[in-house]
Amino acid sequence: MLLPAEIRDLRCVAGMMVPASAEYGVPGADDPAIFADILASLDRDFDAVRAALAALAGGSFADLDDVRREAAMQALEEQGGTAPVTLMRVVVQCYYRDERVVRSLGLEPGPPFPKGRTLEQGDWSLLDPVRVRPKMWRDAPP
Amino acid sequence: MNEMVDVLIIGSGASGAAAAWSLADTKMRILCLEQGDWMKQSDFPSNGRDWEARRYTDFDLSPNRRKGPWDYPVNDDNSPMKVANFNAVGGGTIMYTAHFPRMHPSDFRVRSLDGVADDWPIDYTTLEPFFAENDRMMGVSGLAGDPAYPPRQPPMPPLPLGKTGTRYAKAMNKLGWHWWPSESTIATTEYDGRAPCINLGHCTPGCAQGAKASTDITYWPHAIRAGVELRPRCRVREITTNEHGMASGAIYYDADGIEHFQPAEVVIMACNGIGTPRLLLNSASSRFPNGLANSSGLVGKNLMLHPWPQVFGYVDERVDGDRAPMLSLWSKEFYETDPARDFVRGYTLQFTRGTGPVNEAITSAAAGRLPRGQDHHRIYRELLYKRLQIGIACEDLPEEHNRVTLDPVLKDSNGIPAAKIDYQISENCRRMMEHGIARAEEILTAAGATNLYASRTVLNSPGHLLGTARMGNDPERSVVNARGRCHDVKNLFIVDGSIWVTSGGVNPTSTIQALALYIADSMKQRLATLFD
Repeated sequence: MLLPAEIRDLRCVAGMMVPASAEYGVPGADDPAIFADILASLDRDFDAVRAALAALAGGSFADLDDVRREAAMQALEEQGGTAPVTLMRVVVQCYYRDERVVRSLGLEPGPPFPKGRTLEQGDWSLLDPVRVRPKMWRDAPP
Repeated sequence: MNEMVDVLIIGSGASGAAAAWSLADTKMRILCLEQGDWMKQSDFPSNGRDWEARRYTDFDLSPNRRKGPWDYPVNDDNSPMKVANFNAVGGGTIMYTAHFPRMHPSDFRVRSLDGVADDWPIDYTTLEPFFAENDRMMGVSGLAGDPAYPPRQPPMPPLPLGKTGTRYAKAMNKLGWHWWPSESTIATTEYDGRAPCINLGHCTPGCAQGAKASTDITYWPHAIRAGVELRPRCRVREITTNEHGMASGAIYYDADGIEHFQPAEVVIMACNGIGTPRLLLNSASSRFPNGLANSSGLVGKNLMLHPWPQVFGYVDERVDGDRAPMLSLWSKEFYETDPARDFVRGYTLQFTRGTGPVNEAITSAAAGRLPRGQDHHRIYRELLYKRLQIGIACEDLPEEHNRVTLDPVLKDSNGIPAAKIDYQISENCRRMMEHGIARAEEILTAAGATNLYASRTVLNSPGHLLGTARMGNDPERSVVNARGRCHDVKNLFIVDGSIWVTSGGVNPTSTIQALALYIADSMKQRLATLFD
């Protein structure tokens, strides 16, 4: 379990990564339900997230003003490595399964099974010019 | 003490299952030890709302991240490509895309035709009936008439073109380049108890519908009905030998960590291109101090991993994305050697459909395409379901410095030394990769895509583990003979991808299984003289 200060920092990071948008009618990744999902889903990323948060302004990220937060995030991103990628992944893997977000994308929430989807057959006459090509494989000596 | 069996097979994946089924009609007592457990269709990610995220947890391609109870670690720090595998009944066929191309005739004669590496001691014609038998057992969907291959007849119709495939097809026709619907083991009709595909997408980490062929639902039910015993959750530590230098059985740990000895008249290894050399090296003894069956010194060497760049682009309308199998078309336009190019051999272009909402966000953010902040939403909506993606399956030629050894420190949960891989991408392959990336960019542009991005080494992909106990006629230059029998140990056979001499530029499962059927068939034909 993350410490309370780490949870505050991570929530702040989530909101900076994917903020709420009135234009698209979606919550931010710091929304209570989405953030609860993020916290509950850290799983194998727990240690990496904790290390990334520690690298952000020495672990007091949420206490910084907006300008300093942005500078700290940019510094982490410029360092590269797995820390920024891990932080983004733990945020978006929960954000883009939130029902409100999924509906805003014009998609139906829920797992693919058992309903499935339909895939159009397409026009197989497109293959006609390929069908008439001479053989392409090379004969090999025995 | 376990009772003696006639045949002990280690590993229940692509090759072990095929060999077990083929040998079952001999009525010999056959036992398969599998370190993993049975999977259930309800276990697979597409049953739940976290279906995309589980690709990064318990269905991650890498055993090092997955860390399931049956996984063993692999030290792949000294390799730009990481190991992908799966440990369960069905092995890697649980976790594969179900892409099912065969090797081409020329792939077996690379020395004769192109002056590189070595020829195989067998050829396409020898394997042809076993390819066909395997297509029938696994259930292959596809279309006859591909000019890139000798004639064949897949038993089910191909996957639909869909919007994405139609885009690719028109682009390829514009360029005048070869394309054909990919052959796959995704059922497009009801087949041998399997339901047809309903386009769940995300076929790789197991199919909740059961449309994707994995050997737990294809070969194994038939083999078990024919009398083969499959014992899951049994991890083999070493193969033992007797005073005559013959394999006498295997020592394994059960699910409770209890050690057992399983005696056997014949041992068949089906543990993949990393698991097999690891086990052979872990079976060193006073008689075989450098590892079992390793008088050539080639056990673990010539590891081939198939470098597989991916090139993405985005079109101006939503296409199929993850709402269908990932597989779509293939192109063999650049498969055969062309002396005008600056590399030998060639590659398959594999056209795929894109990805789902979570993976689009993860991969695009990692690639620097998707920003954080207010612009995130606008740009994400420009990307979602608009991706076209081409993989370049490059032939990887054997090099002895690419190898599997035993890690001096790392061990699995039973204390068995883990494998370590050392691997570099060759210059020939790098030139091939750049050629393929440039062609993929041409195709994507012809398909109307922009915002192109090339990823040269995709982590944990593709997970093809080949070449580390190679086949050949010369005992000093190979580990097994042309019938899969170890030169050094006459009742020890290998049927998995480790016996490959070269890799071709195709997904290997079809050829791995055809080889396993061929080896099992040759054993059946020679039962009376098997050890001569």
